[in-house]
Amino acid sequence: MAYRWTNTLTRADITPKDAYLNRRQILAGTIGLGAIGLAGTASAQGDLKPNTLEEITSYNNYYEFGTGKGDPAANAHQLVTSPWSIKVDGMVDNPGEYALGDLLAGLSVEDRVYRLRCVEAWSMVVPWNGIELADILNKVGVQSRAKYVAFETVVQPENMIGVQRRVLDFPYVEGLRLDEAMHPLTIMATGIYDDPLYNQNGAPIRLVVPWKYGFKSIKSVSRITLTDREPPISWNVANPREYGFYSNVNPNVDHPRWSQATERRIGGGLFASRQDTLMFNGYEREVASLYDGMDLAEFF
Amino acid sequence: MSVVQPINSAARRVPAWTIYIVGAIYAVRQFWLALNQIGPYLVEPINVLERAYGEAGLIMMVTVLLVTPLRKWTGLNMLKFRRAIGVTAFFFILAHFLVFAILDVQSLERVWTEVVKRPYVTVGMTSFLMLIPLAVTSNNLSMRKMGAAAWRKMHKLTYPAAILGGLHYLWLVKGFQLEPIIYLLAILGLVAVRYVTLERKRQMA
Repeated sequence: MAYRWTNTLTRADITPKDAYLNRRQILAGTIGLGAIGLAGTASAQGDLKPNTLEEITSYNNYYEFGTGKGDPAANAHQLVTSPWSIKVDGMVDNPGEYALGDLLAGLSVEDRVYRLRCVEAWSMVVPWNGIELADILNKVGVQSRAKYVAFETVVQPENMIGVQRRVLDFPYVEGLRLDEAMHPLTIMATGIYDDPLYNQNGAPIRLVVPWKYGFKSIKSVSRITLTDREPPISWNVANPREYGFYSNVNPNVDHPRWSQATERRIGGGLFASRQDTLMFNGYEREVASLYDGMDLAEFF
Repeated sequence: MSVVQPINSAARRVPAWTIYIVGAIYAVRQFWLALNQIGPYLVEPINVLERAYGEAGLIMMVTVLLVTPLRKWTGLNMLKFRRAIGVTAFFFILAHFLVFAILDVQSLERVWTEVVKRPYVTVGMTSFLMLIPLAVTSNNLSMRKMGAAAWRKMHKLTYPAAILGGLHYLWLVKGFQLEPIIYLLAILGLVAVRYVTLERKRQMA
């Protein structure tokens, strides 16, 4: 590990595999009153216990595989993830079509336990394994003119039911400002709980930007482009009034159709209580300086 | 007619309260599944339950609108079930509201904020409020007391309530999704059919 950034959580905080595999059986015995008691004490700052693998892999938004939360788990097995290559182009010194293994060769895989806050006001804690995006960008050589990084999700129409239904204008595209992309918190995840990524979580490689709403963390990346102008992002194209380029987690700026002040942590059961959403999803200390002087209500 | 007649005569032997029993069994079963986080309720039971009740309510609203056109076009006579279907729709929508208020939003203050600030909630709540007087007067005593004409006039609220319910669903989803569009089109189509029939009746009178 490179240890450029560490959170306060360590490997010791990660629920052991046998424990999380058994957790549902234990929970099954303590439903009802037990769930109410636990939910009452949950707070945003504490209780950063990672969600179970079962939760992380069965409640997903991946519209290429359908709009229901269970659809990706049901349909994503059709995604072909091997062989996988990523096209790197634009303002880079070494553009090209990289085989995934070649692109990541020699780079260190880090363990990162991050909060994931969906724009729909639910959240999880995910123990990712991944490579800092900065390492990848430095490897391909970012030219000084570049100011933004654009990402694209693979399109396999015959394997993706949601692409056939045109829920969004596919391919799904996302983008970051270069300084956001180079921030040590920003990773390209390749695993969860030391397992390779499941398809529904964006196998074989996906972006994770923990201080932004989940839809910014684009899945199954097949292209990375360095550019000097702000790239289009799918949800902004679909609905510019509701989804901005930055989409930083911000409890003070509501989504037009729902409040962003609170969230519900997945895994609390039928009586889970809401908790306050944290500014920049709890990463304010690390990333607030990126937005110094910006009106976050205007650049939402 | 030959297909419809045996169905009609079988339906005559089924009491209308069967609808309430089936509705209640469905509602309780969904709650039980959510409580124990089984099947689709595995990870996030609150939203899934909220949606299950809302969708059941919408389906019952569509069904209630289907009764008259079905009778006219196919001879299928489900009139005796219409009240039970309508009242069951109301109970599902009430359950949908309770899950939203108690389990999802979790405070009266936030419920009010949502109703005032979010148009799709405003629309859904308006639909729900319209259904309350309809549910309360869905009995023979109310019909007698109000008189047939006034009762029938008030129960035309079913149409705007159904349309607002369909709009509420369309408004709350993200991206281009087919299901809410289908519901809303079905409701609009059925209301349009009723409107045309009623206009024609009025012109003939």
